[in-house]
Amino acid sequence: MSAHTTTRDQSGWGFSIGTVCALVAAAALGALIIAANAADPMMAAHAWIFFFLTVSGLLVTGLWAGALNGRNPFEPTVYEDTIVKFGVAAAMFWGIAGFLVGLIIALQLTFPNIFYFPDFGWTNFGRLRPLHTSAVIFAFGGNVLIATSFYVVQRTCRTRLGGGMWPWFVFWGYNLFIVIAGTGYLLGVTQSKEYAEPEWYADLWLTIVWVAYLFVFLGTLWKRKEPHIYVANWFYLSFIVTIAMLHIVNNLAIPVSLTGSKSYQLFAGVQDALTQWWYGHNAVGFFLTTGFLAIMYYFIPKQVNRPVYSYRLSIVHFWSLIFIYIWAGPHHLHYTALPQWAQTLGMVFSIMLWMPSWGGMINGVMTLSGAWDKLRTDPVVRMMIVALAFYGMSTFEGPLMSVRAVNSLSHYTEWGIAHVHSGSMGWVGFISFGALYCLTPWLWKRKALFSKALVEWHFWLATLGIVFYIVAMYVAGITEGFMWRAYNEFGFLEYSFIETVKAKHIMYIIRVAGGALYLIGALLMAYNLVRTALGHGEAGEAAPDARPANAPALQPAE
Amino acid sequence: MSMLKNHGKLERHSLLLTVGILIVVSIGGLVEIAPLFYLENTIEKVKGMRPYTPLELKGRNIYIREGCYVCHSQMVRPLRDEVERYGHYSLAAESMYDHPFQWGSKRTGPDLARVGGKYSDEWHLDHLKEPKSVVPDSIMPPYAFLAKKKLRVEGIGDDLKTLRFAGVPYTDDMIANAEADLVAQASPNQDYDAEDALIARYEAAAERKGTLRIADFDRNPAEITEMDALIAYLQMTGTLVDFSTYEADDLSNRR
Repeated sequence: MSAHTTTRDQSGWGFSIGTVCALVAAAALGALIIAANAADPMMAAHAWIFFFLTVSGLLVTGLWAGALNGRNPFEPTVYEDTIVKFGVAAAMFWGIAGFLVGLIIALQLTFPNIFYFPDFGWTNFGRLRPLHTSAVIFAFGGNVLIATSFYVVQRTCRTRLGGGMWPWFVFWGYNLFIVIAGTGYLLGVTQSKEYAEPEWYADLWLTIVWVAYLFVFLGTLWKRKEPHIYVANWFYLSFIVTIAMLHIVNNLAIPVSLTGSKSYQLFAGVQDALTQWWYGHNAVGFFLTTGFLAIMYYFIPKQVNRPVYSYRLSIVHFWSLIFIYIWAGPHHLHYTALPQWAQTLGMVFSIMLWMPSWGGMINGVMTLSGAWDKLRTDPVVRMMIVALAFYGMSTFEGPLMSVRAVNSLSHYTEWGIAHVHSGSMGWVGFISFGALYCLTPWLWKRKALFSKALVEWHFWLATLGIVFYIVAMYVAGITEGFMWRAYNEFGFLEYSFIETVKAKHIMYIIRVAGGALYLIGALLMAYNLVRTALGHGEAGEAAPDARPANAPALQPAE
Repeated sequence: MSMLKNHGKLERHSLLLTVGILIVVSIGGLVEIAPLFYLENTIEKVKGMRPYTPLELKGRNIYIREGCYVCHSQMVRPLRDEVERYGHYSLAAESMYDHPFQWGSKRTGPDLARVGGKYSDEWHLDHLKEPKSVVPDSIMPPYAFLAKKKLRVEGIGDDLKTLRFAGVPYTDDMIANAEADLVAQASPNQDYDAEDALIARYEAAAERKGTLRIADFDRNPAEITEMDALIAYLQMTGTLVDFSTYEADDLSNRR
C-alpha cells in the first residue's frame, strides 16, 4: 500500500480536522444558546454539559493540531490504532460501570430497606435500570463494536481508516451521547421507550454521529486493497445501516419546545408499541447480534489461526438472519391489543430465526476444526467459544418463548430477565471479553497477556456468575408465572400479587451473588489488561514485530 | 448455486451491499407496521375515550419520568387469571391517545392498566410515600419526595398543543384553558365555574359522564404537588371506556 499515496492524501489532511471542528463548534454554539434559554432545569444541565465537553474537545484538538508542525497525523501507510486503544479503554470503563449499576439495582430489589433512599429519588430503581441497560448495551457494547469495527475494517481492507479526523468524531461523539443519555436518566429525562430512552436532542446528536460512522466505515471499504469485502464487514455494515434505520423511525418525536427536554412520540398506542418492539427486538438483532457476529468472524479465526469453517454458510446465514430478524418484533406483544395477524407473523418468523442463528453459531464453533486443543490451552478461545454456546442457547430459547402458549407463561416474568442475561452476559459479554483480550496485546505490541491465569479466573468466575444468575431467574420466573395463574379448590385465584413477589426473595439473593461474581471477573480483566498494556509479567518480553501494517491480513474466505 | 456465485458482486461493491442490506431489512417492518396505520379494525370503536386532562397528563409524564413502566405493565391480556386479577382485558382504543404507549414489558409489580378507582386516594398517597406502610412485603421504591415537589403548571398548554399536532383531539378551548383546568382539577370547592368548565370540556370529548374526578389528591390543600398529578393519573387509568356498551364478540371487535 506504500505506493498508493496520492497527492490529495498529502495536502488534504487538514480538511477533515477543519470540518469536524466546524461541526463541533456549531454544536457547541447551539448548546450555548439552548443553555441560555433553557425551558427546564434538565435541559439547562444537559446544554451546559454538552457545551463544556464540546469546547474541551475543541481545545484539545487545537492543542494537538498546533503541535503537528506540518506532519500528516493521518499517515496513510500506517493503521489508525490509537483510536482502537481508546475504544478498548472506554469499553472496559463503561463495562464495569454498567455491571456495577446492575449489581446495585439487583440489591435494591433484594434488600429494599437498605438500598432505597427516600430523599434521593434519582437513585430509585426506575431511574437506575435504564442507566444499567444503556451502560451495558450502548456504552460497553457500543464501544466494543466501534473499537473492533475500526480495527477489523482496517486489517481486512489493508488500508488506514477513511475520513481523517472523522473516526475521532465518531468515537468522542458517541461517548458524549452516552454521557448525555446516562445523566439524563438520573435527572429524569426519558421518553420511556425501552433501550431508546434518551430524549429528542440526544437522539439527533446520535443520528449525526451514526451517519458519520457509516461514512467512515464505507470510506474505508472504498479505499480497500482487497478485491473482496470480508464477511465480518458485511455484519458490521448491516449493524450500522440497520441501527440507523431503527433509531430514526423509533425516535420520531415532537419536542414541546426547542429549548426544553420534553417531547411526545409521533405515534401512539398500538402503532407506537409495535414500532418500539420492532426497534427493541432488532436492537438485539443488529446491535447485540450482527455486530458481535462480526467480532466472531474476525477474532475467532485469527486467534485459532484457522479459516472460517464455511463460506457458503456465512452467505446463507447472513442474508437469512438479517431478513428474518426484522419480522420478529411482535413476539414481544403476544396477547396484547396488537392485532393477532401481526402477533402470528412475529411468532412464525421468530421460530424461523432459529436456523440462521444456529448457522452463525456452527460457523463459529466449527472454525476450530483441527484446533480443538485450543479450548484447553487458550482461555481466550474458550471464552469466545462459550460465548457461541450461550448464543446458541439463547437463540434456541428465543424462538421457544415466542410461541404464544409459552409466552403466556413467560412474558412479564423473570424468565425474560434470565433470557436476556444469558444472551447478554453469555454471548455479548464473553465474545467482547475475548475480543478485548485479543486486542490489548496486539495493539500495545505485547507478546502475550500479563497473566493467563487471571484469564482463567475471569472465565470461571464469570461462567459461574452467569449460571447463578440465569438459573435463579429461570426458577423465579417460572415460579411467579405459575403462581399468577394458580387457582384454589374453590375456583379463586390462589395467590395475591405480593405473595408472588415474596416467593422470589431467595432467588433474588442468588442473582445478586451471580452478578457480583461477574463484576469481579470484569475487574480482574481490567487489571490484567492494564498490566498487559504496561508490558508487565508475561507481556513484558520483547514483542516480535509480528504484525507490520503491510503484512497480508486475513484473506477473504473464498 | 449460481446465487452463491453471484454473491461475489456484492462482495466487491460496497454500495450494492449497503443497498441490498437496506432493502432486505426494510421488508419486515413495512409489512408489519405500515398496515396498522390504515387497517380500520386495528383500533376498536368504543365509547368514552377522551384526551388526558392537563393534570392527568402531568401525572403521566411523572410516571414516565420515574420509570414506573420498568416494573409495571399497562396491558391486561385476555387470559382467565389476568381478567380476574386486573379486570377487562385492555383494548387498543384505550391507548390511542398515549404518546408514547405504556404497555410495559415486565411485572415486577402488578399491572396498572385498570388500577383507577381500585384504591382510595389516601391509599395511593400512603403507598407512594412509603409502599411498605400498606404492603409490608413490597419491594417498590418510596416516592415521598413527590408530595414535597410543587407541580409546575406553566407551559402545560404547549404540551397539549404538541399532542394535538401528533393527533390527539385537544380543542382550542382545552389548550387555551389548560392551566386553569389543571388547577381546577386539584382544587375542589374553590372555583365552581372553573370546575364546571373543565368537566364540560372533557366530558364533551368523552361523550360520557363521570370520566373525570376533581379532588385534592394529595390531601394538601396548600399547594398542588407532583403527588396530586400522579394520583390523578393513576386514578383514571382504565376507567374511560364504557364496557356496558362494548360487545367483545361483535365482528368488528374481533381481531
